[in-house]
Amino acid sequence: MLKSKNTIPLNSATTGQHLRIASVPHGTLKAQFVRLGIHEGEKVKCLERLPGGTIVVQKNRQQIAIGHQLAKQIMVVVLGDKEK
Amino acid sequence: MEENKSENLNHFEKHRHPDLSFFEKDINKSKLVLVGNPNVGKSLVFNELSGMNVEVSNYPGTTVEIIKGYYLNYVVYDTPGVYGVSSFNDEEIVARDEILGADIILNIVDATHLERDLFLTQQLIDMGKKIVVLLNFMDDVKRHGIEVDLGKLSQFLGVEVIPIVAVKKVGFDEIAQGIENAREGVQREGRHSSLHSMLKMVGSQAEALMILEGDEFIAKRHGVPPGNARDEIYIERRNRVNYIVNQVVVDVSPKKRYSELIGRWAIRPLTGIPMLALALFLAYLFVGKFVAQDVVNFTEQQIGKAHWEPWLREVISRIIPVSSWWNALLVGDFGIITMTTTYLIFLLLPLVTAFYIALSLMEDSGYLPRLATMVDRTLSVLGLNGRAVIPLILGFGCVTSATITTRLLGTEREKTIATALLQFVIPCSAQLAVIAALLAGAGMLPMLVYTITILAVLIAIGTILNKFLKGESAPLLLDLPPMRIPRLENVIRKTIYRTYNFMKEASGWFFVGALAVGIAQITGFLVYLEQLLIPLTTHWLQLPADASIAFIMGVVRRDFGAAGLYHMVLTPMQITVALITITLFVPCIASLMVMMKERGLKEGMIIWIGTWVVAFFIGGLVSHIVI
Repeated sequence: MLKSKNTIPLNSATTGQHLRIASVPHGTLKAQFVRLGIHEGEKVKCLERLPGGTIVVQKNRQQIAIGHQLAKQIMVVVLGDKEK
Repeated sequence: MEENKSENLNHFEKHRHPDLSFFEKDINKSKLVLVGNPNVGKSLVFNELSGMNVEVSNYPGTTVEIIKGYYLNYVVYDTPGVYGVSSFNDEEIVARDEILGADIILNIVDATHLERDLFLTQQLIDMGKKIVVLLNFMDDVKRHGIEVDLGKLSQFLGVEVIPIVAVKKVGFDEIAQGIENAREGVQREGRHSSLHSMLKMVGSQAEALMILEGDEFIAKRHGVPPGNARDEIYIERRNRVNYIVNQVVVDVSPKKRYSELIGRWAIRPLTGIPMLALALFLAYLFVGKFVAQDVVNFTEQQIGKAHWEPWLREVISRIIPVSSWWNALLVGDFGIITMTTTYLIFLLLPLVTAFYIALSLMEDSGYLPRLATMVDRTLSVLGLNGRAVIPLILGFGCVTSATITTRLLGTEREKTIATALLQFVIPCSAQLAVIAALLAGAGMLPMLVYTITILAVLIAIGTILNKFLKGESAPLLLDLPPMRIPRLENVIRKTIYRTYNFMKEASGWFFVGALAVGIAQITGFLVYLEQLLIPLTTHWLQLPADASIAFIMGVVRRDFGAAGLYHMVLTPMQITVALITITLFVPCIASLMVMMKERGLKEGMIIWIGTWVVAFFIGGLVSHIVI
């Protein structure tokens, strides 16, 4: 879904970027992501990217930390200023 | 209604899983179950309803505790915090079964995190459960710059919504009426037909939904294949929740909050590392200095050694002659009664209490999840994710209690790695005090050699285990709760509860360990072992022969070992070697026992024997380099 040139793995997002989730891994992980409000099409903000690739995303008032191995498996589209 | 209930009961009996037997005792009372995401204030509501009359038990087959109380004509259950009803881990399994068995559900919701929390609420509604929603943190809502339209929310959900501020007990008067008004909420039409046909097969809407959502446990219980509609149902539900939130939440002024800023500093290494240092220093002042030295000195020496033990000896000696081996076994140097009671009550109890206070403070403030996030990448080198920081930090307090905490890690692999690190390298507070004192006297270079060696061993063991243990460690996926000032009442409750559980688990095993040592001493095996170690001590480690006694004492209690070195005449580098060996050397009897219980006999013994080998090998290696 929504494959474009801007699609990158979440672990290479940078702090402050606004992102749209393009895909999350399948199986029980997906269920857990959906419960936390992270699934295809949702917009999130990369609140922090720590050295090594651990990512903290923010969706409204909620913050979720995602380990680097997991962040690698999530594809996101970097949004331009207009799309936020 | 009555008919319905007896039908449910029949159904319950017919499909009863052995694990559900704990419900039976209160079969005549209605079951009120508190459900909510982690950190939403469930315990505060539970405490309000049930008062002090609380029963805690282990849920069969898991390490999760069930907390049960009574309120009016209800039996009330507190459940572990979960983000949804399913079977992804032990906490969820326990919560799931309590929810399935519930007559009425009190769903506690964080008003500032509606998007996250309402997913669970909607799922409970979809299960067809009678619920009432308690909207907590209503005082925070304004501060977060948002407004929640309660009327609309109640309309969308189809159930009563009661605003509360749990820490201030605001709104608690409304709860009783709310429970009376509990009802089924607005269920989505979309799934109706498939739900209905499943309902015919299993007899309960809640369980039917679980099966459609692919819950293998529930499906198996009814002998039907699990459904495959989970992703669709979840996304539908998620969209529904997002829609509701958009309708009921109004952003008034999205301003930056101070606590949020601190929260972000805690995650970034540049600011987070100094914060960690500060937190550890404060914890050290409280636990390591105040409790481990001042308090324990008083309880162990003044009460335990000066009054308690002599009194015990006198009483026992009146019944059993002093000269008999029975007397020695019960109240001698390693007397089962004297040593264990002094150790458990006057040393371990204050220490563990202090540590749990510090841990609860860090936990309730929202700091721990952020620390876990900061160290996640670093710990992944050792095959662990950020959450493992909790047992590792606890280990500096008491390796025994920390070993129990490794349960919270996601996979067996991580539990093994964390347990091994704890048992091999982490010195507990009892030992730390002696080590610090000896090293401070030895000078700068020994301190450096000691720290570098221990760190190197820690990294080596983690890396090696990570490489050779099968499987993969679970990645970090952590919801960061807001930073909050911890509530004293909650911290105290948690501390009492955890300390009680720790003492309950460790005590029995410690008696067993003391018995083994006592027998070893009486039969002369202890002396034999000391003799056996002397060549190793004098030639390989290049230490005086006496040091072997210190090592053997270390088997019983880690600080005994280190303290034994106090009285020896050693060069600074000999002190370094001895301390390195003692640190890496076997954990105390209590933690060995707890480790074998947690990790099994085989793994426990491998780790235990491993510590002998590693301690003497590394100690000798360092000795031949520096001495």
